[in-house]
Parts: sequence; structure tokens; C-alpha cells
Amino acid sequence: MKILELTALELGRKIKKREIGVAEATKAALAQIRALEPELNCYVTVGEEQALIQAEQVQRKIDKGELAGPLAGVPAAIKDNMCLEGMATTCSSKILENFVPSYTAEAVKRMMDQGAVILGKTNMDEFAMGSTTETSAFGETKNPWNPAHVPGGSSGGSCAAVAARECFYALGSDTGGSIRQPSSFCGVTGIKPTYGTVSRYGLVAYGSSLDQIGPVGKNVKDCAAVLEMISSYDKKDSTSIQREDWDFTSALTEDIKGMRIGIPKDYFGPGLDSQVRDAVLMAAKVLEEKGALVEEFDLSLVEYAIPAYYVIASAEASSNLSRFDGIKYGYRAKEYEGLHSMYKKSRSEGFGPEVKRRIMLGSFVLSSGYYDAYYLKALKTKALIKKAFDRAFEKYDVILGPAAPSTAPRLGESLNDPLKMYLGDIYTVSVNLAGLPGMTVPCGKDKKGLPIGLQLIGNCFQEKKLIRVGYAYEQSRSYEEPELAVRVSESQKEEHEGERSAGGEV
Amino acid sequence: MTNRISDETIEYVGILAKLELSGEEKEAAKQDMGKMLDYIDQLNELDTEDVEPMSHVFPIHNVFREDVVTNQDDRENILKNAPEQKDGAFKVPRTVE
Repeated sequence: MKILELTALELGRKIKKREIGVAEATKAALAQIRALEPELNCYVTVGEEQALIQAEQVQRKIDKGELAGPLAGVPAAIKDNMCLEGMATTCSSKILENFVPSYTAEAVKRMMDQGAVILGKTNMDEFAMGSTTETSAFGETKNPWNPAHVPGGSSGGSCAAVAARECFYALGSDTGGSIRQPSSFCGVTGIKPTYGTVSRYGLVAYGSSLDQIGPVGKNVKDCAAVLEMISSYDKKDSTSIQREDWDFTSALTEDIKGMRIGIPKDYFGPGLDSQVRDAVLMAAKVLEEKGALVEEFDLSLVEYAIPAYYVIASAEASSNLSRFDGIKYGYRAKEYEGLHSMYKKSRSEGFGPEVKRRIMLGSFVLSSGYYDAYYLKALKTKALIKKAFDRAFEKYDVILGPAAPSTAPRLGESLNDPLKMYLGDIYTVSVNLAGLPGMTVPCGKDKKGLPIGLQLIGNCFQEKKLIRVGYAYEQSRSYEEPELAVRVSESQKEEHEGERSAGGEV
Repeated sequence: MTNRISDETIEYVGILAKLELSGEEKEAAKQDMGKMLDYIDQLNELDTEDVEPMSHVFPIHNVFREDVVTNQDDRENILKNAPEQKDGAFKVPRTVE
């Protein structure tokens, strides 16, 4: 039996049945991390010692019957913009290099309360600003399917870590596609929940009206279970929402007969890679064969989502990131003259180019004289986009399309033309503007062997419909993992040689 | 580029953003911002005359609570992250002469 090949829920079940120990699973993941990190760089921080201590504590609680959840004892990773008490939280920025939070994010706390073992913090675009994980101050993450390519971003570390089996599931955050696009590029499943479903308490803010934490996993089932675990109404987050349903795993049924699925024609225009188009349309056909009613429609306004998004996200970022002033935490410049010079120098030396670019744009669109023309105009556009989705959801249960216009680009090809990189977010940003849930499910590979992702979009609070359709589709194809240069370290192989020859089956 | 960003604008935005850009960074920022604004200007194709700006997708309201302390004193841990501290407080450069 190969522990690393198990899904999170399969591992959870085996831990419960005492077939696998929590420490054993944790060690297997840590060995994989040690073997692959030199090549892939999925993590900013690996908390080896802490993870092993946690593993023992969790095992004791499981043994005593105090922890009985389906994911108790399963090792996981969290994106490095979520606070974890006692472990550095850098947002992949130099300005937060030495920041060690004194508290834990609500979503992470919920995970740990249910027995998650935290392996470490995953790499990301600096402050989640980017689509490739190349803007990280701690080096880019590489795509496990082909290390010459990016993993996508900004949750590139989380998605690559799941694909490379350096954890069993991970948390990411999604402001404009940062879970769905890297999930597509790395061949894993990821959910961006309805705004307000998962508490943002302890998530370092980027665009507060758009940010949502969500799960990344090997399949829809794992993601539904993780989402169920991390969702909550939280008084500490003033935009948290008291939902009527949290039981996302109850939607794991293959029956999609009669479900209405709409395919926006505007998502299949010029700019979409033909191989991505074919794979996505093929997936639609599979769903049709399973009894769904699939038809094309005009969503409209698609081209206006990106400009509106960059105005709103940058405006919120310029405001949110004003807290980094070199006083309470983070980097402080060594030389300065007086308070204002200290602010300016600390920020200028601490932030990377993409972050500065967005802070500048955000400060501009909020400045007097431009506020109405840019910021208010963008908020009005957002209202129109929301209306377009409202109209679509009168007719359809789920909207289906690609998650990104192409598969993962090569490293180094994206950052020199920011506008071009922003255009890659065309299918994802409108979902954040309208507060909707979205999900990526792998649906094939291109000729280069890079994964293609299918995006499903639901109306607000309709995660269950996404999960149902995603799960039904997934049953038609098995999960594929990348062929990694180094799969399992040698010691790991020997350790499990006995079990494998004994015919252990997954 | 139809949006030409002047040196004065970049200076002004730099003050708002509390960023000190080098000469090279300023030139790049002028280019970047001009290009982005050209792109953003396509929003003007939309008639938004009677549209209310939407800051939040759900009708949410302020969440009030009683002003009661619920957390513990965590001064020591919080100060650990300060670049400079003195006598249990954050140390900042002199601001009043």
C-alpha cells in the first residue's frame, strides 16, 4: 500500500481503522517533501518538528475517541497568507519575512480542531497578486507535471503540493481565480466558495470584498469534506454569512438527471486554446450523456470583468496594504530620516514590483478627481455583471466553461507583460465580483501533457449543485497524477516494502 | 497610449501610496499605469447612468456587539513582531520636535 496515493478521505478512513498511524502518514508526506522540494519549491515553510508533535497529539485524541471526523489525522498544507500561531506567515513577501502570528486563522483553527496535521505553509504570488506564483519573494514554484512550467497562481504552492503528493489536501485563497486557475494548471480540484462561507479571520487581506478561502484536493469528494470542515459563521469576520446549509458532502451523488447546464458562448471566443476548448466541450458531452440538459447561451459583459476587477482589487489592496508601515510587524528599513521616510523606505524595500504596481493603481483610482471615473464606474460594472449572472441562473443550475484560456505557460513568460497576464483571468474574475461559488475539476491534458481544468460556476449558496455535477463528471474519469522525476524517497520505499508485498490494497 | 501619466501625477500617487520609487521605477509606473488605464477605459462603453454602485453582493449590515473584552492580554507575543520596541511599547522615530 502506498500511503501517498490515498485521497484525504481514504487516508482518514484507514487512520480511523488503525491501519495507518497518524505519525506514519505524516512521515510519508514529510519524506515526499524532502525529496521533491529542491526541485518544486511548493512550500515557504515546512514545520517538520511541529507536524510530528501534532501527529502524536492527534493520534492520542483519536485513540481516546475524542476525534472522530473523516479527516482526523490527515496531513495538510495551508497557503502562506493564513495565520498559524507560532509559524512564520510571509505572504511570500520580504516585508513579512519575519512575521510570526500570535493567533490562528479561523479556517485553519477549524481544520486543526478536527485533527488536521499542518505540514507547513505553501508558496504563493506575493500577497496573492499574480497568476503564476513567480512574484513570490522566495522563488517560484514549479509545475509538478513539467517543472519548466508555472503552477499558476496565486495559490500555486498549494495546488502543486497536492499534485506532487507533498500533502493530502491544502487550503488556498481565491480573489480573482487564485484557487481555480492553479488547480487547472496542476490537474487538481479546487473550490472557491460563495463569499462569506469561510471566515476570513486570520487571512491576510488583499481585496476584502473578493477574498475567499477554499479547499484544494485530489478529487471533488475530498474538497467537499474539507469545505464542510472549514465553513462557518464567524462573528470575528463581519462579512461572514449565516448559511442555511453546510453539509456539502451530502451532495456527493452521481444523479444529475434533468440538471440544467449553461455554456456561455462568450467563454469560447478568440484567445481560447483549441485543446482546452475541446476538452471542456467533451466534458459537457459526458454530463449530457448522464442526463443533464446542456445548452449554449450568451452571458454578456465578459470582457468588462477584468478591467472592473483590477480597479476594485487594486483599490482594496492599496487600502489593505497601508497597514505595512514598519512599526507593528514586518520589515523596517535600516536607514531613514524621520517617520515618513521610514514608512516610505520600509514599504519600497519590502514590497515587490507587482505589489507596488497594484498599490499605485489602487491609490490612483481612489484619489480625488478619479474616484468617480474609475472606482465608482467599476462598482457599477460589478452590479451589471451580477445582474447578468442572476439572469443566467434563472435558466441554469450550473454554468460550465474553461478555468483558464490555456494550460500552464512556461516559467518566465508571463511577468514582462502584466496586462497579458491579467487577461488570463478572464473566466475566473467575474465569479469573485459576483460573490459566486466556482470549482475546477481536471478534464484532460494537452499535447504537451499539461492538465486542463473544467470550471463550474453556481449561483450564490449553490455549492452543492457544483459538487453534484463535479462529482458526477469525475466518476467518468479516474484521477491522474503527474509523473514526477522523484516519486518517493528511498527510505520511504524500504519502509513500506513489506506492506506492499503483503498485498495491501488501497 | 491615450492616458499619459505626468511626472506630477506619479509623484502625487507615490505620496498617497507611501512608496518611494526610483527614477527607473517611476518611468515604468508611468508606462504601466497608462496602459492599464487605457484598458480600463473600455468600461466607458457601458451605460451605467441608472446603475447603483455595488460594493457588496449581499445585503449585509454592520455587525454590532457589546464593547466587552473577550481576548487575553497578549502584549508580549504581539511585541515580539515589532522591528523595535521599548518599555512594552512599539518604538517609532521621533515625530514631535
